[in-house]
Amino acid sequence: MSETLAAPVEHGEPAGFWRTYVFSTDHKMIARQYMFIALFWAAVGGFFAYIIRWQLAHPDTDIPLLGRPIGPEEYNAFVTMHGTIMVFFVAMPLLLASFGNFLIPLMIGARDMAFPRLNMLSVWVLALASLILIGSFFVEGGAASAGWTGYPPLSAKPAYTGVEWGMDLWLLALALEFGSFLMGGINFLVTPMNMRTRGMGFFRMPLFVWMVMIASLIFLLSVGPLIAGAVMLLLDRNLGTSFFMAPGGGDPLLWQHLFWFFGHPEVYVILLPALGAMMEVMTTFSRKTIFGYRPIIIAVIVAGGLSFVVWAHHQFISGLDPRLATPFSVTTIIISVPFALIVFALLATLWRGSIRLATPMWFAVGGLAVFIFGGLTGIFNGSAAVDIYIHDTYFVVAHFHSTLFSSLFLGGFAAIYYWYPKMFGRMMNEALGQLHFWGTFLFFLAVFVPMHLVGVGGMMRRIANPGQYEFLAPLAGLNRMITMSTIFLLLSQFFFVFNFFWSMFRGRPAPENPWDGTTLEWTTLSPPPHGNWPGEVPRVYHPPYGYGLPGASEDWVPQHRPLPSGAAPRT
Amino acid sequence: MSTAAHAPAEAAESTPFPSAKLGMWWFLASEIMVFGGLIVTYLLFRMAGPGWTADIHHNSTLLGTINTLVLLTSSFTMVEVHRARGRDDERRFRLNLALTILLGFVFLGIKGVEYAAHIREGLVPAKSMFWAFYFGMTGLHGLHVAGGIVANACLYAAAARPGGFARYGHRAEMNGLYWHFVDVVWIFLFPLLYLG
Repeated sequence: MSETLAAPVEHGEPAGFWRTYVFSTDHKMIARQYMFIALFWAAVGGFFAYIIRWQLAHPDTDIPLLGRPIGPEEYNAFVTMHGTIMVFFVAMPLLLASFGNFLIPLMIGARDMAFPRLNMLSVWVLALASLILIGSFFVEGGAASAGWTGYPPLSAKPAYTGVEWGMDLWLLALALEFGSFLMGGINFLVTPMNMRTRGMGFFRMPLFVWMVMIASLIFLLSVGPLIAGAVMLLLDRNLGTSFFMAPGGGDPLLWQHLFWFFGHPEVYVILLPALGAMMEVMTTFSRKTIFGYRPIIIAVIVAGGLSFVVWAHHQFISGLDPRLATPFSVTTIIISVPFALIVFALLATLWRGSIRLATPMWFAVGGLAVFIFGGLTGIFNGSAAVDIYIHDTYFVVAHFHSTLFSSLFLGGFAAIYYWYPKMFGRMMNEALGQLHFWGTFLFFLAVFVPMHLVGVGGMMRRIANPGQYEFLAPLAGLNRMITMSTIFLLLSQFFFVFNFFWSMFRGRPAPENPWDGTTLEWTTLSPPPHGNWPGEVPRVYHPPYGYGLPGASEDWVPQHRPLPSGAAPRT
Repeated sequence: MSTAAHAPAEAAESTPFPSAKLGMWWFLASEIMVFGGLIVTYLLFRMAGPGWTADIHHNSTLLGTINTLVLLTSSFTMVEVHRARGRDDERRFRLNLALTILLGFVFLGIKGVEYAAHIREGLVPAKSMFWAFYFGMTGLHGLHVAGGIVANACLYAAAARPGGFARYGHRAEMNGLYWHFVDVVWIFLFPLLYLG
């Protein structure tokens, strides 16, 4: 297979509507396709969040926009789909696939990805998975409703949830999504390994490229057992086997191991590209070279390795052998060390920089702040003794939204506002961007800070109607306030939606290098032509982030220009 | 480098390895985790439950051994395909490729005979955990063999076109890497599922 897919694609102007916009092998068009798929799903996932929150604040009442109440079964389906969509159909396509595709060739000085046709295939497999997931809402029995983690026995027998086809289609959609990202991951690894321009050593690659490479590696090596698990679950559902059913000799815990062996590394698959984008933005907008380029890379590699031995911290109260709790608590707390290093490196990058507070910088700094918060509550959850009390409460929900929302949305928006001029050739509106940031940031805090209190107050995850529990009655007011904040959080996104589409046609045309960046993507036209550079691919003379160098005429020296004599050599 | 005609800044690969080969290795790394997950799970269940493999004697060691030999021989012919390409021997290239495809079919045929016998005896996946794993693991492996046959058939068709041998012959190495991987997986499955 490899040769057909690896064969160099002609780099003349692509001809015709279909080859240009639909069946394109150009990494920049594929990046846009991924982005539109992700934004479509983000709208759906956000709408589901609204339905979930409405039900929790005003149980069993008519939901505005939906026009009817939802019962507990449907509530479960919405919760399941919200998680599935946001993790697999928004976060990975946007952060890893869209920006990975767009930026890797531009940042390392390549004309395209290593396997352009495989690249096209991966986006179309994701589109197929999306169609199947959409279809699962309309089959008899409705969409999957066993949680985004799909724990058996709930997921293993249709009788337990009332969902027949929906669950199988959910598994199929996930399997295809994994296939899509396996293909994508191979591209994201081989392209930076093998397509770098002259002078672009591994330790001269921008950090974003490193983050995508390591994230892809983590994904490739962790998803296998879950693919096997998905096959087993399909067999359990359709052929009557008992892999996950205790009466037949199987073990429901097995699924949890297979799922979280993938599921925990997966959070780093989402986090790392987001962190990479924040790093690029922070160094550019503080006009300072990144603090600790190599230590950051080493820390991420260490964290990637550790991410394979922390998974059972999701299972402390599952019936896991209690003797395993301590080792997994220890590895979980150790993994916060490399991430603390990265956070401090980013803070040191900001320290005494000439900070320019444009929208991408607001989102990057806001994202880092929220991520620190989520990281700290992670230490609570990672300690088995504390987790036994707070497990399966809204404290956990608040924790992982602090980490994932900060990566996916705050990091993702930083990336979109930063690279939009390169991607679409026009600038986004700054005032709308800052309104969008403050709406998103403040209402995010208004949703998720009180949610920690709701969790510590004892409210369980995955209950459709807190009104049924007398001891949760004092939390009803907080729940209504969280729901109201959620609505405002979602409404704030219209600033973005308007800005995104309006700027595409009416925005100020973008110059080649609107932010005075130093990496290679800023050396070509906005948007770059087919083949990325109109003339020769630039060669590289020094590591990225040449900001604030003594002896330079401006305060920055791009990678493709030799350092002025007298500038200190940097690593 | 074969791309010497281009400007040196372009098209040359940054490492000594062709991109296709690197891609294949990464793909196989992810495949190791798929089968690795299955095999480790199988071993954990098997160690936890004595007598769990009581039904293993229903699997014919003879047929399993024959199939092992068939697959090993096909790996040999696959190497011969690659060697024939190196010696520019188109006839041997095609012959060995056809043999590899044929041996793949023989393997699947014997597997089908075994499956049919099991199902007639009522030894279906739902019978017990052992049979669930047996069908799950050999089924997934069988799908990989089928995938390899398709890849080899595509290579055969591509190489049969005028000028195809010179243009596509080097793909034999990629197909070979994959085919050997599928072979190695069987080397693990055979003792686990046939030899008590």
